[in-house]
Amino acid sequence: MKFLNQTLLDVRDQIQSGKAKSVDVVSESLERIKKYDKDINAFISMNDAAIKRAEEIDARIKKGEKVGRLAGVPIAVKDMYCTKGLKTTAASKILNNFIPQYSATVVEKLEKEGAVIVGKTNCDEFAMGSSNENSAYGVVQNPWRKGHVAGGSSGGAAAAQAARYVFGSMGTDTGGSIRQPASLCGLYGIKPTYGRVSRYGIIAYASSLDQAGPLASSTKDAAEILTSIAGFDEMDSTSSSEAVPDFAKEINTDMTNVTIGIPKEYFGDDLNPEIKSVVLNAIEVLKSQGAKFKEISLPHTKFAVPVYYLVATSEASSNLSRYDGIRYGLRVPSQDLNELYSQTRSDGFGTEVKKRIMLGTFALSSGYYDAYYKKASQVRRIILNDFLKAFTGCDAIICPVTTSTAFKVGERIKDTISMYYNDIFTTSTNLAGLPGMSIPGGLSKEGLPIGVQIMAPHFKEQTIFNISQALENNLKVDLKMKGGMVDGI
Amino acid sequence: MDKKEVEKIGRLSRLKLTSDEVDFYTNHLSMILGHFEELSSLKTDGIEPLITPTAPTAHIAKDEVKRTITTEEIIKNAPEKSGNLFRVPPVVGGD
Repeated sequence: MKFLNQTLLDVRDQIQSGKAKSVDVVSESLERIKKYDKDINAFISMNDAAIKRAEEIDARIKKGEKVGRLAGVPIAVKDMYCTKGLKTTAASKILNNFIPQYSATVVEKLEKEGAVIVGKTNCDEFAMGSSNENSAYGVVQNPWRKGHVAGGSSGGAAAAQAARYVFGSMGTDTGGSIRQPASLCGLYGIKPTYGRVSRYGIIAYASSLDQAGPLASSTKDAAEILTSIAGFDEMDSTSSSEAVPDFAKEINTDMTNVTIGIPKEYFGDDLNPEIKSVVLNAIEVLKSQGAKFKEISLPHTKFAVPVYYLVATSEASSNLSRYDGIRYGLRVPSQDLNELYSQTRSDGFGTEVKKRIMLGTFALSSGYYDAYYKKASQVRRIILNDFLKAFTGCDAIICPVTTSTAFKVGERIKDTISMYYNDIFTTSTNLAGLPGMSIPGGLSKEGLPIGVQIMAPHFKEQTIFNISQALENNLKVDLKMKGGMVDGI
Repeated sequence: MDKKEVEKIGRLSRLKLTSDEVDFYTNHLSMILGHFEELSSLKTDGIEPLITPTAPTAHIAKDEVKRTITTEEIIKNAPEKSGNLFRVPPVVGGD
């Protein structure tokens, strides 16, 4: 590899200064995908116009134009983002022929900054899952170890980045779908504050929880992508007009005035000992850099998974009602309109999606609304209040991301409850709208990556990047794959 | 949750379920709801439900006409169409 083992920022600078050509970088990306992706299955579709786009960027640079923060670098986009003229499936059969007529705001912003979108990555169908095993386009392999999951729902995004196909991979996170696969694949993955990034044109799963964010191979790369995509968008009424810092530039690794909370509920007796020791090691490293630590309590943590699944499925049942075989996507023909709707939906949706639509429909149905949806929304406020109280005494929170390292394909898919409780450390931040990031913390004895999670108050992503950079500089995690599926890393 | 409820929820969700699927979802949904029962132990009287976690920006769009996408573009993905209309089976009348 000539380019792909470098950072996004380095290669961007080389392209912008004319020392490297976007065409060569994008070609290397496409060759690597061609070489390995039959086995890894990170992509659902490729962008045939990628090389042409790279040529255009090279031509603009030759003319002396300043192209942008992501000038000429190949980026992968999860198949939940609408891309004008490029098939977008949400990894579902019901959208297997859907060509969007417009692009998501995030995609437009990436392109405005000069990124070259090389393809659309695999994920759990409609982002519903934690292992990428719910995709209509097949499971994604973890590049670190064949036969192990890459995590989910942004499993293809994580695998594409871990295999170093690209310099950044766009994911979405509704209950941990950026952070969990980032942890399982040894990446830096951030879910920004709710409202930080526009959701316009991102296929909706649960609208009050969904956020877009990057998975990258360094703190600064993730930070640069977030700066590129963040900001108010009049097409998303929940997006925020909060000023967007130049995150990568403003990174400050001085930890002497940083106080980090350790939530005791996240370190119970049943916590995987290897994961516990990686998080404790990160705490020691940050202490050596001057950070202060204090024990905090988030007493309602155990309720986060039920609240998440009731709120998310309720919103999903409403959001997914649009897939009816009339305006786009799959249609199973019938002479009767109601029959057409239900045949199309039964044929087009997979098992997990149907399960969540029904759970949500139930939680919203007359007679059960108060006991389920309303109750869950009330407990959601209690969970937010726990965080707001905790943040009066600390600047950030440190905790695990996942309950285990990358598990084997097929190991958990039949056990719904254990799959849902995989999300125990990640769902609270979505419920409370807080930013959270997975940062590579170490490796297990088996040689699989383990992430450390940093959370911060609303719109304090800068604090997270500061801590992430301090960890990146001082943990010195050896992210070389041993026995992985790709070479050169 | 019993089979009858699953059949009703299936109808409300516009999902056609086979009898095997009704059995499958009855088991799964009952198990999930059983695990979620712990929520009922928490007192929530008087607590305002939280719907949107951060305050949205109040924004008034400019009152101007903008061309976004055309009818031709919108209709392109239609499984069945007639001119620039979506074609559906008869809704009223018929036999």
